[in-house]
Amino acid sequence: MLTLEFFLIISAALFSLGFAAVLTRRNVIMILIGIELMLSSANLNFIAFWRFGPDPDALTGVLFVLFSIAVAAAEAAVGLALIILIYRHFKSTNTFNFSLLNG
Amino acid sequence: MADHFWISHFLWLVPVVPLLAAGMLSVSGNSRRNRAVILTLGAQILSFILASLLFITVIRAQGGTEEVVRLAVNFTWFEFGDTALRLGLLLDPLNAAMLVMVTFIGLLICIFSVGYMSRDPNFTRFFAFLSLFSAAMLGLLVSNSLLLLFICWELVGLASYLLIGFWYQKPSAAAAAQKAFITTRIGDLGFFLGMIWLYRETGTLLFYDGGAGLLEQAALHGLATGTTIGGLALSTATALLLFCGAMGKSGQFPLHVWLPDAMEGPTPVSALIHAATMVAAGVFLVARAFPLFAATAGPDTVATALIAVTWVGAFTALFAACIAVAQTDIKRILAYSTVSQLGFMMIALGVGGVAAAIFHLIAHAFFKALLFLGAGSVIHGCHDEQDIRKMGGLRRFMPATFATYAIGMMALAGFPFFFSGFWSKEEILHLAQGWPASPIPFYLALAGTFLTAFYMTRQMVYVFFGNYRADQASSEKASESRPHESPPIMTVPLTVLAAGAVLLGLVATPAWPWFHHFIEGGAATLEFGKLFTAGTLGLMLLSIVLVAAGVGAAWFLYARTSLGTAERDPLERKRPGLYRALAQRLYVDEFYDATVIRFHHAAGRAADALDRFVWHGLVMAVSGFSVLLSRASQAVDRRFFNRGFDTGCETLRTSGGRVSRWHTGNIQTYLAYIGAGLVLLIVFFAWIQQA
Repeated sequence: MLTLEFFLIISAALFSLGFAAVLTRRNVIMILIGIELMLSSANLNFIAFWRFGPDPDALTGVLFVLFSIAVAAAEAAVGLALIILIYRHFKSTNTFNFSLLNG
Repeated sequence: MADHFWISHFLWLVPVVPLLAAGMLSVSGNSRRNRAVILTLGAQILSFILASLLFITVIRAQGGTEEVVRLAVNFTWFEFGDTALRLGLLLDPLNAAMLVMVTFIGLLICIFSVGYMSRDPNFTRFFAFLSLFSAAMLGLLVSNSLLLLFICWELVGLASYLLIGFWYQKPSAAAAAQKAFITTRIGDLGFFLGMIWLYRETGTLLFYDGGAGLLEQAALHGLATGTTIGGLALSTATALLLFCGAMGKSGQFPLHVWLPDAMEGPTPVSALIHAATMVAAGVFLVARAFPLFAATAGPDTVATALIAVTWVGAFTALFAACIAVAQTDIKRILAYSTVSQLGFMMIALGVGGVAAAIFHLIAHAFFKALLFLGAGSVIHGCHDEQDIRKMGGLRRFMPATFATYAIGMMALAGFPFFFSGFWSKEEILHLAQGWPASPIPFYLALAGTFLTAFYMTRQMVYVFFGNYRADQASSEKASESRPHESPPIMTVPLTVLAAGAVLLGLVATPAWPWFHHFIEGGAATLEFGKLFTAGTLGLMLLSIVLVAAGVGAAWFLYARTSLGTAERDPLERKRPGLYRALAQRLYVDEFYDATVIRFHHAAGRAADALDRFVWHGLVMAVSGFSVLLSRASQAVDRRFFNRGFDTGCETLRTSGGRVSRWHTGNIQTYLAYIGAGLVLLIVFFAWIQQA
């Protein structure tokens, strides 16, 4: 039997993987993909808490996830647009090349 | 009296009109020469017309009655507490006559000045001062309050200072101006003290105030009976203090030294000072305050103050006449002659003859103004030469000046019968002879009369007779340095004054003493018989003999010998010691130098040393202490406060620099921090769950 802990651990692993990708990858597109992974882990949490919650028959979790995916799509669009602008400006998508806000 | 009262409304205009002219001139530019002349002369003419109207009004109001007309207009100047300080204007025969004299002579002098000062660059300033001088003197004459009189008195002093020092570029003129101001100020101190004292005793400074004035019966009685230290009557003490002021202004003996030096000013100024304004002020003050001077407790005693006035006058009359004998500067001789004549006026006042004094004052004003303007004409004609030894023979070059000067000289010397000076001096001698206190002033005055004739004749001989002596010195340019007659604008006033000097005598002869009755009340009648009473006739003969002796002696000494700069004065040849002492003005200036001025210098040096060593040391000690304190404060600042603050700043800076290294600008580093934070939070919450 699959328990809540099982899903939560998978979700945490997924989040950690995504976060690791965001922290370690130098390519901005890869960072964006890492962010998508982290979002997916959040969505998985929503579904898991809905399934194992007090009222599994209401469609609350699914609906929430649907909105979240729509927001993530919009966010990905904005992120890609930013990446294109960064690339036009710096001729690069490597994060080493645009650390202008250093102290 | 009421129908004459309208004129008192115009009384204030007499001094105010020249004052306005002075004010307007002082703010107008120096190039407005025509405007200066029009304003000054216009104001003088207007004042003269007003003064004449006032004079006529007083004559008509007097109308031969025994009562003396006296119109006083008093007003409150300001109030403090319960008391009010009141000033007032006064019109009586005394100042009505003086007003006419001052405005008339002032007018003539202004006309003369237009010619005399025509080349001066400060023409406008001169006329502004001249107007101020007239205004101050006229204000002095019309005031009915000792305080208002004192204010105008000081204004006269100020104007004289400005005018004597008019050519302030000349050091001697600047020094003379200061000397005049300071010397008269010494007298003014007495005046001021006397004024304050009178105010304390009587509570008023008004002369006439419907019975409550200073010079009216109630106040005088109180003053004459009250005594102060040494049993001196209050009236005597205050009168003597006032007389100090009069001595300063009128150049009486101890304070006469400024008057000859005042010759440094332009000659019209000398004429104005000596004739109409400055020196007349002192005599006028004594005449105005005469009831105070004459106040005695008992009916038959001679007032102590008047005795002092007589003696000072008598001594000055002879003293100055002696000095005048040995002077060589044309204006200086006239200056000493003025001092001497003022002595005569003081004698007249002292022996009780106010009318005689004022008449001599007015007559003297005419002929002395005439002589000074004549001297100005001579100086002008001789290219600013003032030494009579370098003149001579001017009779041929300047006939108009010679004729008028001769009239002035004869009036001053007291030539018999046709000249005002004869009659006025005769009156004074007559009064002095009958003075009960002492006969000596009479003899001093007689000696003064003799010397007056002597030195005036000497001057005439030097200036107008013989040969022109400046030619010998510079014969090559003799033709262009030839003296010339002055323009009509200068000779016309001389002629008018000469006429006045002669005709004025007619109103005060013993046969028709109109002037005396005008001043003192009573009707004048024409009685030729009075001329031939024993006392009058004898005295007249005596003074004629004296004048003739003076003229004859001078003529004998000077007209028959050669005169010049190289030769010694004939008098010096005979009595060298005496002549030198007289030429050095009897060492009065030297005496003052040795005593008063040396004392002042010593006091000044002491004050300077005190300043330099004591006060300077103290100031330096205080300032040194302050500097020391501030040094310490600076050190504390630098060592403690600054260092602490600097260290703080430095620490903040380095730590900031260190922290700023965390800001890599790389977004992933930041995310790593966030991640670390997240992990920490998780650990923290997990730990809380455990606990």
